[in-house]
Amino acid sequence: MGRYDFYGFRRENRRVGIRNHVIILPLDDLSNAACEAVSNNIKGTLALPHPYGRLQFGEDLELHFRTLIGTGSNPNVAACVVIGIEPAWTNQVVEGIAKTGKPVAGFSIEGNGDISTIASASRKAREFVQWASEKQRELCTIQELFVSTKCGESDTTSGLASCPTVGNLIDKLDPLGATTCFGETSELTGAEVVCAGRAAGKEVADEFMRVFNAYQEVIERHKTSDLSESQPTKGNIAGGLTTIEEKAFGNLQKIGRKAKFIDVLKPAEAPAKGAGLYFMDTSSAAAECVTLQAAAGFVVHLFPTGQGNVIGNPIEPVIKLTANPKTARTMAEHIDLDVSGLLRREMTLDQAGDRLIDIMIRTCNGRLTCAEALGHREFVLTKLYQSA
Amino acid sequence: MATQFIVHDKADTVGVVVVEDVRPGQELTGWIMQTDETISLKALDAVPLGHKIALRDIQSGETVLKYGHDVGRAVAPIGKGRHVHVHNLKTKRW
Repeated sequence: MGRYDFYGFRRENRRVGIRNHVIILPLDDLSNAACEAVSNNIKGTLALPHPYGRLQFGEDLELHFRTLIGTGSNPNVAACVVIGIEPAWTNQVVEGIAKTGKPVAGFSIEGNGDISTIASASRKAREFVQWASEKQRELCTIQELFVSTKCGESDTTSGLASCPTVGNLIDKLDPLGATTCFGETSELTGAEVVCAGRAAGKEVADEFMRVFNAYQEVIERHKTSDLSESQPTKGNIAGGLTTIEEKAFGNLQKIGRKAKFIDVLKPAEAPAKGAGLYFMDTSSAAAECVTLQAAAGFVVHLFPTGQGNVIGNPIEPVIKLTANPKTARTMAEHIDLDVSGLLRREMTLDQAGDRLIDIMIRTCNGRLTCAEALGHREFVLTKLYQSA
Repeated sequence: MATQFIVHDKADTVGVVVVEDVRPGQELTGWIMQTDETISLKALDAVPLGHKIALRDIQSGETVLKYGHDVGRAVAPIGKGRHVHVHNLKTKRW
């Protein structure tokens, strides 16, 4: 077994997961209660409540479907029960997930009521969870691994050490054929030209700048100030970050020094150009970004934090690293890897990157992350505009 | 010797304090990552962990450099060794 090999779950469509969840997925806000009842009835299943899914339209509705179908399709999910208020949109999600070949079943509430729906869905969920419990891990290679990254509650230690540690991992995994993803469109403000210079070719760079400028237009249209209350956040400012430009250059350290990004993905869009680094157009809010990356099929997430963001995701394990010695000490239960030694010059960036690879491979083999152990399951859908 | 502040790039005009207890008047040892140089600087303010310290005198209106890049504009004169943050540095964006 090589250094970069791991034991994962190879799914019907050959994609590899590192977890074996059976999820109970609501189409809409109205179906949360039924989903939670099913997951309470059937042990080992996981409900993913969320607040949306009614009267959305256009691109926002497309994103809603793409996120739900992508979440169910993620290889960390063995099987999926979908519950919606009515059958048509419920079936649309079921059919989208069924393309992976994994077991999926839909139930709708109108004409049945919650209690009858919960009973039917619970019987199916019982069947799925027992089937999934017999799935075995198999030896998988780094070429089969999809890794996403995003940082949160950043401070200056993020740009100095924890983001460059992720960058070092990307520098090492990119030539080996891993598939990786970064996002956070607004949080590249000030560093966008440098970021565009990391695109693989002019076409990709132009598309990145188009997406970046579109996001700036949204901010310009809605802002009531220079955003100094929200971007950088209060936590960023407490940690010493002063401007969005400074935060952006720290953020960009996560893609390392060598890899070029080969495509620009829409939110929750699955990569389609093979192995390599991808940029995804996302919010910089942690839970929104990770939810979109998980919906695009990424199975393990690397999350540098400075001041101590505690985020997790229900289906994609979130590995947290920090270089802030105070955060490592006061929030130890949230930190999977402490790289504060970089600031004391007790370790090199190369060593820190290797330690991150080690903890990532252990996580892929089944080690629970701090966020998983603590029950952090932030599932936050991105909404583009008001509903009709 | 312990490193109390770190500088990303040789061109930078600010460094980052990486220890928890920098006091005014304290002589600090710094490390420039890009060139692996060791430098020294006297702190004139109490600068918290993770906060920036001016490496030279910076005029009001001058661009502040970190990572070798423009990270905003000084909105007050900043003396060498002073704390650099939201009171004297602002974004040029948004």
